Amino acid sequence: MKELKVQYQKVLSDYLLNQNESNLYIGQNLVRQLMKSNVSPEDLVSIHKQSLEYIVPDLPDSVLNSFDFLIEVMVDFGLMLKEHQSLLLKQEEIRIEMEIAAKIQNLLLETKIPKPNGLDIGMVSVPVRKMNGDYVHFMHDDGKYFSVAVTDVVGKGVPAALCMSMVKYGLDTLEYANNNPSYVLEVLNRIIEKSVDDSMFVSMFYGRYDLEKDIFTFGSAGHEPALYYNSKQQTFTDLDSNGLLLGVLPEMKYSQTDIHLSENDFIIMITDGVTEFRKMDNFDSRTYIKELAKSLNHLSAQEMCEKIFEYLNKLQDFLLEDDFTIVTIKKY
Amino acid sequence: MNVNVQFREEGNRIYGVIEGEIDTYTAPMLREELEVITINKSSIIELDLSKVTYMDSTGLGVFVAFYKKVLKENAELKLVRLSSRLARLFEITGLSELMDIETDKKVEPANECI
Repeated sequence: MKELKVQYQKVLSDYLLNQNESNLYIGQNLVRQLMKSNVSPEDLVSIHKQSLEYIVPDLPDSVLNSFDFLIEVMVDFGLMLKEHQSLLLKQEEIRIEMEIAAKIQNLLLETKIPKPNGLDIGMVSVPVRKMNGDYVHFMHDDGKYFSVAVTDVVGKGVPAALCMSMVKYGLDTLEYANNNPSYVLEVLNRIIEKSVDDSMFVSMFYGRYDLEKDIFTFGSAGHEPALYYNSKQQTFTDLDSNGLLLGVLPEMKYSQTDIHLSENDFIIMITDGVTEFRKMDNFDSRTYIKELAKSLNHLSAQEMCEKIFEYLNKLQDFLLEDDFTIVTIKKY
Repeated sequence: MNVNVQFREEGNRIYGVIEGEIDTYTAPMLREELEVITINKSSIIELDLSKVTYMDSTGLGVFVAFYKKVLKENAELKLVRLSSRLARLFEITGLSELMDIETDKKVEPANECI
């Protein structure tokens, strides 16, 4: 500190003798060093006053008094600066915590795609921020059933991620893949309704596949309808039902519907991040996805998902607005 | 991006016109604006959504929370003049079965011309 004071005196006296750019530049560099040593603005004015007194001995009292005045005034600036520095520090701490939380979430919510006999399954799920508000849960316990849940939490970021962990554990406690979709939705609705605040909800599409009879039974709680493609008739059907979002009202009932799948039929389940295009008002995304999926039917389920993501992402100039999840099940 | 609400009261009826885009960033603003309303037992609250140019699921969350609050007070909430795009959101989520929602047939053709 003492050394810096001496340096400041030297630099100031050089500048007073010759007000050129190079002396000014040296001064600027010195101030940066002072800032690094945590010298506050009022301390700097005080150093300036002492240096000036030394260089110009007979300064009038009014000038010296004016510096004392300035020192007092600068105290508030100093406090503000300290506050700013501590905020920067806190921000960095939060950023690190967020990163850890995102890593933990990814581990907890990691989805492994099962390979049941007769079905080809593909999936793409891309979060728009660090934490994903979409979640896909598969169950296949080597029995005759395979089940899939595609979920989307209303809201984004950390609150959505926390809510999603709850959904995952709710699904885990149901344990077996043979449950009826209507039962699964009713149980989850009760769990979420009890524990989440009034403006947070979950939409879910739940399907159970009977691997022996090739019957897909589905139910939906306020979720974007899935698409079913009948390859023989070359037609699409929307798999929708009027089920209410999970977590709005207690004791809701959910209906379920059966469809039969034949060879080369497929089902595409999506979240609203796939169909919502904010900047394209009159764009019929569902029709677009149908045409696209039809033309990609020769690919594997995973390749189909990846291609659809690629095309839709390109359409939005690679600026995703919402978490994007697409799951495809193909019967072969 | 912004959202604002203009209120007009007539007896126990409250009319609100919501204008702007409702997304993750503006939803908290809308929530605050709606919290200001004093709801009495026989209040009938009508929110006009014809000037809402965009809404995502966080916007839905705000309306559902408000709907539950109104229901607790035994009052009535009506959402009116929704564009077809907005109405679809309420339909898919099953909320249109629960809440009183009116689409605006006069607004829709105009929207499609743009």
